[in-house]
Amino acid sequence: MGLKKYLATRGITMFGVLMVTLLLTIILVGSNMDTILKQGITFQVRAEITEDPKISDSFSDPAEFEAFVQDQIEQRVKALGLDTPWYSPQRIGLTMYKILILDFGHATFLTSDSGSSDVKDILLEKLPRTILLFTTATIIISIIGIFLGALAGSKVGSAVDRITSTFAVVSSSFPVWWIGMLMIFLFSFVYQIFPARATPSIPPTDPGYIAALLYHMALPVITIVMIGFGAWAYLVRNFMIGIMQEDFISAKRAMGINQKKIIYGHAIKNAAPPIITILALSLSGSLGGAIITEAVFDWPGMGRLYFEAITVMDLPVIIGATYVLTLFFLISILVADLLYGYFDPRVKTGS
Amino acid sequence: MSSVSASEIKQEFLKSKIGIAGIGILVTLVAISIGAAVIIPVETFQQWNNPQNWLVYPKTAIPAWVNLFMFEKIPEHKILDEPNVSTISLDEISAVSHQFHVNYVYDDFPSDFIYEFTVKYSGSPLLQISVIRPDGSIIKLLSASLPNTEDLVLHNEKIFSTDGTIKKNLFLQSDKFNFPIEGFSAEDIVFSKSTDNVVLKGDYVFLVNLYGVQKENSIVDSTLIVGGKAFGIMGTDELRRDLAVGILWGTPLALFIGIAVAIGSVVMGLVYGVYAGFKGKLTDESMMRFNDVIYALPVLPFLIILAVTISNSIFLMIGFLTIFGWVGIAKVSRSMALQIKTRGYVEASKMMGQKNSKIIFKHILPQLLPYAFASIAISVPAAITTEAGLSFLGLGDPSFPTWGQILHDANTYGAAARGLWWWIVPPGLMIAITGLAFVFLGNALDAIVNPKLKR
Repeated sequence: MGLKKYLATRGITMFGVLMVTLLLTIILVGSNMDTILKQGITFQVRAEITEDPKISDSFSDPAEFEAFVQDQIEQRVKALGLDTPWYSPQRIGLTMYKILILDFGHATFLTSDSGSSDVKDILLEKLPRTILLFTTATIIISIIGIFLGALAGSKVGSAVDRITSTFAVVSSSFPVWWIGMLMIFLFSFVYQIFPARATPSIPPTDPGYIAALLYHMALPVITIVMIGFGAWAYLVRNFMIGIMQEDFISAKRAMGINQKKIIYGHAIKNAAPPIITILALSLSGSLGGAIITEAVFDWPGMGRLYFEAITVMDLPVIIGATYVLTLFFLISILVADLLYGYFDPRVKTGS
Repeated sequence: MSSVSASEIKQEFLKSKIGIAGIGILVTLVAISIGAAVIIPVETFQQWNNPQNWLVYPKTAIPAWVNLFMFEKIPEHKILDEPNVSTISLDEISAVSHQFHVNYVYDDFPSDFIYEFTVKYSGSPLLQISVIRPDGSIIKLLSASLPNTEDLVLHNEKIFSTDGTIKKNLFLQSDKFNFPIEGFSAEDIVFSKSTDNVVLKGDYVFLVNLYGVQKENSIVDSTLIVGGKAFGIMGTDELRRDLAVGILWGTPLALFIGIAVAIGSVVMGLVYGVYAGFKGKLTDESMMRFNDVIYALPVLPFLIILAVTISNSIFLMIGFLTIFGWVGIAKVSRSMALQIKTRGYVEASKMMGQKNSKIIFKHILPQLLPYAFASIAISVPAAITTEAGLSFLGLGDPSFPTWGQILHDANTYGAAARGLWWWIVPPGLMIAITGLAFVFLGNALDAIVNPKLKR
């Protein structure tokens, strides 16, 4: 199997998944969406008519007036295509097409900080913040994890190794958000070092906003790193153990190359493919976990947006955010796959 | 993969330290579950989200055992509902007397006191409340007649320490105190030394007398609450709920959710994977593509949407978690089935014309059982933390309060920033410990079952 064919199959699978996700989301929220849209139209029509007294004056019979209002509503419903049910193929097709070209429509309740209710604007505002927080955390985690893992893996059974392995097992069973609450308790209540709420209180237009954002970011980053690096170190350790037993390492040792150079120069290079794959996967995985973590720290990113949208049932935002999250998830899986193929030629040739 | 017999697994398992530790924690958790079910009535637990049920409890009270480590003792919240009862009949007049003994040894005044009673009476009996203090002095708090009635009625009333009559009565007895008592609340006066306004420690007796002419007058229910800031073994939350009830009852729930999801997803994954691997060719290919699709779905957003749009019932939630849980297991069991399929005896039974279902159930699945048990143990923590996470977002089933829901309430009321550690630490610790028990079990089993296989 050549690289092109490999890429093509992966790409098609990913696209299929994206469509399935989108379809499932629309099916799950579709019926609610219609109800909400129709209510919105009724409200709008009535508001417009009451604003213009001339219309109501021209009717003498209240029943006639009511019929006129109903007629107006029906006309709008038809114009928007809401007279066919949401599950009709045209409407699902149209919705999916719109979402594919990133036209998510307008949010029902939520707005961006700058006041826009366009879902695209809201997402574009929140997404960089989530990426900032989780990418920073993931990079720190991977650096600590790789060095600690390499150290533990080169000295199997040593104190460092045992502490790392134990810490990895124990930390993986703690929910990040709970540790987050404990951190808030410790560092904003007992020792008042960091703010409890991660949303900066100054407006985003202020020149000091970036600095404030970074300061507010400290506690979430520390928390995510604390919970995350153990598992990383453990994984890297396991790869290293495998590689340190390989013949070429023994050969290097026999040649008298010092241990440090072997570990950080040769062994790590060979452990790179799986590590990079996991890096790509954990970056996207963290985006999903963001929903809860951001809720704890009140971090103004995608996760909190998603949570807020769910709370008030702002469907366009839910659909848009799910789509973007899935997109990121799939892209990182694809990137991970490609990187793996690049580093490990066996995958490409299919052997 | 070599097949391992049950007795071998048992032997190996008993040698593994972390396996034993896992079993130890699990046994403790099961004991807690049984204890909770026996000690705390289900009704109490089901009333968790009903504020009416928790009115007599204090708000955000620290666990009472904290006093052991405190130099200045925090007043404990006391709910006294078993008074000493005595009845005196003098000719026509009858008197019912209820006495509450309060041993007050704390360094701060109580936050309030409340007397709640239900009496059965006719006529217009007189209710008197007084306190005998440790220094021997008696303070009259209240003397009031109940509303007049001809028939026998049940009367329920709450008398609060903030009651105006109590204030007035105290003011009339201000000569018992050597400091001006105006401006102090009733509990600050009643529990104060006579010389100055500091706590007088010792035994107090609250005396409630009901005088009447009719013999059938009786106090049906009588409770004295001395409000404090410490309560029970786990304290209370902002909504006055006894956290011990929620945390203890959370244990059987978490175990149930975790184990149900783990078994469900492992069985599903096993059957799916083995069938795909056994059938091979196009069936295998299409089943694995479907597997890929499910694998690539973002789990948490989907679970949230499902909980919001369909239902947040705990049983449905278990189903949803299962739907997303079987994918990885299906992949591994497929590759295992592919290996087993090529073995001689499977080929032989195929030649003999045995039915596919029989081959799968008799020859392939039993080989995978050890792996299945390890997977069940490993899947439990993820199920528990995911459910806790959803509950934490407020999507839990309100009729089954889990640890995640307790933490959700804690987060809503800003418990972390307000320093209410007893509301945050125990539920999270229970989640972590439960998860850890199964991680230990799973690791121990995994090391025995696949000495080399890295998933």
